Amino acid sequence: MSRLETKLPGLTLKNPIMPASGCFGFGREFSQLYDLDVLGAIMIKATTEEPRYGNPTPRVAETPAGMLNAIGLQNPGLEKVMERELPWLSQYNVPIIANVAGSQVEDYVEVARTISGSPHVQALELNISCPNVKTGGIAFGTVPETAKHLTKKVKEVSEVPVYVKLSPNVSNIVEMAKAVEDGGADGLTMINTLLGMRIDLKTGKPILANRTGGLSGPAIKPVAIRMIYEVSQQTNLPIIGMGGISTVEDIIEFYLAGADAVAIGTANFSNPYICPELIKELDEYLSANQIDHISELTGRSWSKDGKRTYYCS
Amino acid sequence: MIKKEWMTVVSQQNIAKNIYELTLQGELVQEMNEPGRFVHLKVSGQTMPLLRRPISIANIDQTNSRFTMIYRAEGEGTKLLAEKKAGDQVDVLGPLGHGFPVNEAQTGETAILVGGGIGVPPLYELSQRLNEKGVKTIHVLGFQSADVAFYEAKFAELGETYVATVDGSLGTKGFVTDAIREFNLQGDILYSCGPVVMLRALEELQLTKKGFISLEERMGCGIGACFACVCHTQNDPTGTEYRKVCSDGPVFPMGEVAL
Ligand SMILES: Cc1cc2nc3c(=O)[nH]c(=O)nc-3n(C[C@H](O)[C@H](O)[C@H](O)COP(=O)(O)OP(=O)(O)OC[C@H]3O[C@@H](n4cnc5c(N)ncnc54)[C@H](O)[C@@H]3O)c2cc1C
Ligand code: FES
Repeated sequence: MSRLETKLPGLTLKNPIMPASGCFGFGREFSQLYDLDVLGAIMIKATTEEPRYGNPTPRVAETPAGMLNAIGLQNPGLEKVMERELPWLSQYNVPIIANVAGSQVEDYVEVARTISGSPHVQALELNISCPNVKTGGIAFGTVPETAKHLTKKVKEVSEVPVYVKLSPNVSNIVEMAKAVEDGGADGLTMINTLLGMRIDLKTGKPILANRTGGLSGPAIKPVAIRMIYEVSQQTNLPIIGMGGISTVEDIIEFYLAGADAVAIGTANFSNPYICPELIKELDEYLSANQIDHISELTGRSWSKDGKRTYYCS
Repeated sequence: MIKKEWMTVVSQQNIAKNIYELTLQGELVQEMNEPGRFVHLKVSGQTMPLLRRPISIANIDQTNSRFTMIYRAEGEGTKLLAEKKAGDQVDVLGPLGHGFPVNEAQTGETAILVGGGIGVPPLYELSQRLNEKGVKTIHVLGFQSADVAFYEAKFAELGETYVATVDGSLGTKGFVTDAIREFNLQGDILYSCGPVVMLRALEELQLTKKGFISLEERMGCGIGACFACVCHTQNDPTGTEYRKVCSDGPVFPMGEVAL
């Protein structure tokens, strides 16, 4: 059996490495660079009921070892994603995790109902933590009761397992994780971006047109590690870890903290071939270190035996 | 096809104040077949600076597998790039985007090429290709001042060349549009790259029936996946229709995108 094969609710992954939502579009661009079949899964760009243009530009700003983005959930809308993007992406032998966004409960429920009914979608990722939209988003991700309620409503209609994407912009991440677990979530993905800002010294004004944006990249990795470390000890949900991963060592660190799989975000911009490279390097790392299966590492930083919950045999 | 390659620095020269001419060598050059496309450079193997930098292709020499860029060393990334010396390696992704369509100009026609500042470089490869095709080129180059001006002589070898500087230290005092008016320049087709204010002024001037402009925007991926670089269209200036500067552009037909 492969050292990398991983089973999570709704997902059988050839390997536990997948591009994170928003960094990979719907896969079309990267498919020109490499065969998407090598990926563990694909988290597609957030989909809302209606098409969205998103925020004015500049939408990105560089920061020390990171970047801020304020795209504003630009997407072609549910109908086009169902008709065009999902059928296209289904030509690849890769599980699709559909990121669902909205500004009120009804929006999420509607998108979740429809998109989870697609034969091409294996799981949902509930985007309750986008920092870049004026309404909704943020409250769902920071108020435990609201997050729980939303999760419950989405679970009622979803035909596939639901992973909830947690925001790091909270004072108690464990409380948030437990709330969505109570709401019926099947898994967690964490962390989303941290809210930040940069100011242009020449103009004296924020660089981003939206003023604030979500910080990602290596700069946020320690925050992600800490939060996964805390949450993995307090919930039974599998965790897809993300936040600044760009090397195999980063992946190992996420596993030791308590992750069951990982997603690669910003690193896709600095190196568009990062996902296939990491998949290969991770296998080599495990082999060189005589680790039979990647899941053996999950939670090893806090438990001698590791978590081993999702060991696939 | 888009490729990523560690290319070798052939030469790096300071050609005007903070302006560098950098020539790289590698296989990727064989993929470069259109003027106005760009490359995305990672100037350091470290996490700072994290993002790639988009720089236009200014000259293509496929025989020797070399291409040249001209850039302004301004911020963190471009300053690091300016430190590269002959023999050093640079991580290049490209060629990216859609460039200037040479076929839109017919043999015997006159093309006006208007560049502003660091928008001038891609016009150099374009001008050579137009001239090869028998299209007459007139060049109008705008700079802040004489000390940051470059390539006037090189363009002059290819066709009539006019320069405008904001402070009047070289050529016409003012903007490219002032030079165009002063010399009553006329042509069949316009190609331009430079700041948005300049592109907007050129659109208003309606110098030619046909025109192509190259835009600049802050980028994430550079390949069309992240939606960092979008702009509205003139058809639907406040709606959901959009173009991505990195993959639909950076060159657009005049009148297509909202400036
Ligand atoms: C398609 C395209 C072609 C270009 N061609 C050239 C060229 O031939 N010669 C040249 O000198 N410059 C060119 N530029 C502009 C060049 O990309 C910026 O000057 C450069 O990215 C600035 O990086 P820095 O490290 O100096 O600045 P920093 O301030 O360190 O940059 C911080 C971030 O902002 C981005 N950024 C800053 N200014 C710009 C800008 N004007 N346009 C886009 N992104 C910016 C950077 O890429 C980086 O992500 C081009 C831009 C685009 C989009
Ligand atoms: S820079 Fe990512 S879509 Fe253009």
